Amino acid sequence: MSPLERRRLGSGLVFISPWLIGFTVFLLIPVCLSFYYSFCDYSLLQTPAFIGLDNYRELLGDPVFWQSLRNTGVYASLALPAGMLVSLGLALLLNQKVVGQSIFRTLIFLPSLVPTVASAMLWLWLFNAKLGLINTLLDMPPFAATIQGINVALGAVHLPQIQTPISWLTDPAWALPALAFMSLWGVGQTVVIYLAGLQDVPGELIESAELDGANAWQRLWNVTLPMLSPVIFFNMIMAIIGALQEFSIPYIMTGGGPARATYFFTMYLYDNAFTYLKMGYASAMAWIQLLIVLLLTGLSFWLSKRWVHYQSK
Amino acid sequence: MSVNTLNGNGNKRIARQTRRRHRPERWLVFVALVIICTGFALPFIWMISTSLKTLDKTMSMPPQLLPSPAIPGNYLTVLNHPKLNFPLLTRNTLIVAVLSVVGTTLSSALVAYGFARIRFKGNSALFGLMLATMMIPFPVIMVPLFAVFRFIGEHAAMPLLGTLTPLWLPAFFGSAFNIFLLRQFFMTLPLELSEAAQIDGCSEIGIFWRIIIPLARPALSVVALFTFMGAWNDFLGPLVYIQDPSQYTLALGLQTFQSQHGGTEWNLLMAASVLVIIPVIILFFLAQKTFIQGIATTGMK
Repeated sequence: MSPLERRRLGSGLVFISPWLIGFTVFLLIPVCLSFYYSFCDYSLLQTPAFIGLDNYRELLGDPVFWQSLRNTGVYASLALPAGMLVSLGLALLLNQKVVGQSIFRTLIFLPSLVPTVASAMLWLWLFNAKLGLINTLLDMPPFAATIQGINVALGAVHLPQIQTPISWLTDPAWALPALAFMSLWGVGQTVVIYLAGLQDVPGELIESAELDGANAWQRLWNVTLPMLSPVIFFNMIMAIIGALQEFSIPYIMTGGGPARATYFFTMYLYDNAFTYLKMGYASAMAWIQLLIVLLLTGLSFWLSKRWVHYQSK
Repeated sequence: MSVNTLNGNGNKRIARQTRRRHRPERWLVFVALVIICTGFALPFIWMISTSLKTLDKTMSMPPQLLPSPAIPGNYLTVLNHPKLNFPLLTRNTLIVAVLSVVGTTLSSALVAYGFARIRFKGNSALFGLMLATMMIPFPVIMVPLFAVFRFIGEHAAMPLLGTLTPLWLPAFFGSAFNIFLLRQFFMTLPLELSEAAQIDGCSEIGIFWRIIIPLARPALSVVALFTFMGAWNDFLGPLVYIQDPSQYTLALGLQTFQSQHGGTEWNLLMAASVLVIIPVIILFFLAQKTFIQGIATTGMK
């Protein structure tokens, strides 16, 4: 190593030293400890005792673990596609040059700034079965007629009908869909990311498609969406990881109820760690969560080769 | 459908015609946006309306959109509520938020400078490692981090658990996402600037502090803004590390207030929620551009 190289290495390491220390103390050591704890019986009060694979074996036979995993999966499969459609649709609408464009953009964006706890309070009140605004609106003629129509359709195929007023957060069948619906209020940041992505779609491409006689739908499907696919892909991964970590909203609004219908993966992890003081068990859950995140991200990257189109290539 | 044109002029004319034919769609878009935005604004309107009602009126059926009588005094009641202790909660939240902002901005900038402007051996490998760490969800390290803080507290003769310290201390060691953001920005600044300063005898830290930092103000304000929002918002962190109500943050205090009251005094609860939201909204209108740019760059990976 030449003196110049050595000097560069020295000053480089000095500059990144905050991260090197932080990485070691607040990430590397915790991750290794968590791996070790996951093979231990550890209650935080005594020293960890090695028990091999027992935690993982117990988890596989733990119905609450499976239920929390299923709840998280159901929530993600409701909230993710809905969020994606709504945010993409809103971005396309907000990209049109109409009167009041900036006011519309601000109104869509603002809810995503509302702190989680405040948003939870507000939606507890909106979802309130007796006094809430949502059920009041659903009682109004146009919405009431819609529900009646849906009920006729449901009755025709022998499915249970919608009972009004809906107990959004206290009926196990409605609680997860209610939380997914609520998540749509916060799509503002994703919309902004899509809007930025739309600015990068070359205008010539759309115009030439227009001249070739492509209608609005064809232009969207064959030009805009392929050009936007890297951004869609990025948002999808972030949404998947976000759904797996969902904690605060259900913790505050339902406490996991009714009948554990909204008991999410991270809530069970938290309860194991800090309510039941089963730190080893919680660590095993943490590692399963990490593996799921890695697996899903890897899978999305692999799938993306089939449909994500990068402009530079 | 095919378009036959003989020359460029024809092309343009047809394009103009198609565009004119799109006019009615504009109105459709406008109407759709009005309806959707009303839906997005309604929760806000409802929250403010409820926060101004008497307790009786929150329970009246059918609910009134405009509160009569309007009671702005609800806000004073909340500010002075002994069970909420708003001034204390705000103070605690501000301590965490300000220290996090200062720590993250400074340390992330330093580290980003090292990654962006110094070509040392192992630079790209370490940078790759740092990017990979962004994938690790907080719940995964939540449990052992608790043990680490307890260990540090026991051996450094100052207890960390049960204080606000665990909430802001890690901020002083850089955060992967912000380092990434700032590195991308530092890379766009011309290298000649550093070279010229080096010839003039400026040290590496001098270049960082006197040349790069002043030029990076827009990127630094994005980092500062988002860190502040993150700290103001954080619920899980305080829930794990804070036990003593005298150290509660706004998020924790508001949740405790709600769970203790069983959610009956909706007017007060909504007033408190509005008070928690207002600083964020003010911040947004003061730094609108920074916000939008910051989020837009998030998706540019």
